[in-house]
Amino acid sequence: MMMAYLALAAILFAIGIFGVLTRRNAIGILMSLELMFNAVNINLVTFNKFIAPEGLTGQIFAIFVVVVAAAEAVVGLAIVLLLYRNWKGVDIDNINIMKW
Amino acid sequence: MENFGTSLGLFWEFIKANPIFCLLAFITILSALYVVTLRNIFHCAIFLVLALFGVAGIYILLGAEFLAAVQVLIYVGAVSILMIFAIMLTAHLASKRISQNNEQTGIAIFASAGFLMVSLGSFAYSIWRVQTTELPENNTLEIGKLLMTDFVLPFEVVSIVLLAAMIGAIVLARREKS
Repeated sequence: MMMAYLALAAILFAIGIFGVLTRRNAIGILMSLELMFNAVNINLVTFNKFIAPEGLTGQIFAIFVVVVAAAEAVVGLAIVLLLYRNWKGVDIDNINIMKW
Repeated sequence: MENFGTSLGLFWEFIKANPIFCLLAFITILSALYVVTLRNIFHCAIFLVLALFGVAGIYILLGAEFLAAVQVLIYVGAVSILMIFAIMLTAHLASKRISQNNEQTGIAIFASAGFLMVSLGSFAYSIWRVQTTELPENNTLEIGKLLMTDFVLPFEVVSIVLLAAMIGAIVLARREKS
């Protein structure tokens, strides 16, 4: 049964990798990142239940991951809004001013 | 071919033994696929909400009720609303019929399938010390006690992180006076 949860988390993470690599829209990339965070959280809670059930460390770590992911989403979307204001678009392929 | 038949039979037995898990996993994976492939970014946000609900159901199956509530409150209630706001504020791209994916699709499929194969293989060949004891009753009570005793320092640090993120977002998104 634990393998099923781990496989689900791995599939979600792989889908997130695919989204991050292929999306043009910066908001799409952020949404794929959220999928990857959720995959990691499923892993943490699964190991908590099946490997170390006497403590709740895995669930507490998952709560911290959720909070930090919320902070990341806030800052990331503020940066996306700023990009939209300055570049008139959120297409990541066009935003290459920091490339050399 | 026989081998394939038996593994398919095992799979069917697994579905019959755990119908709720299989339903939740199916919903989650299907809507996650829609999140990364649909053209209309607004539909992607809606399917992201569905995927996050599926993950909340998985948490309940795993005995993490408080985490499921946190997931619904923060992800479904806050983060996805934030995403939808950002999509609407940067709107005029959303309705165009251009492809939302770049030209790296092939190599991205290769990379994610490679990751999936490596991780599933390492899961299959690892030896897990699966415990038979159950999680403590009153999960939520235990989590509250732990957050106020053992994990009080990370708890305070994460609240400072949230404050810093809030101020940072305000500073970034504020319109400068010209």
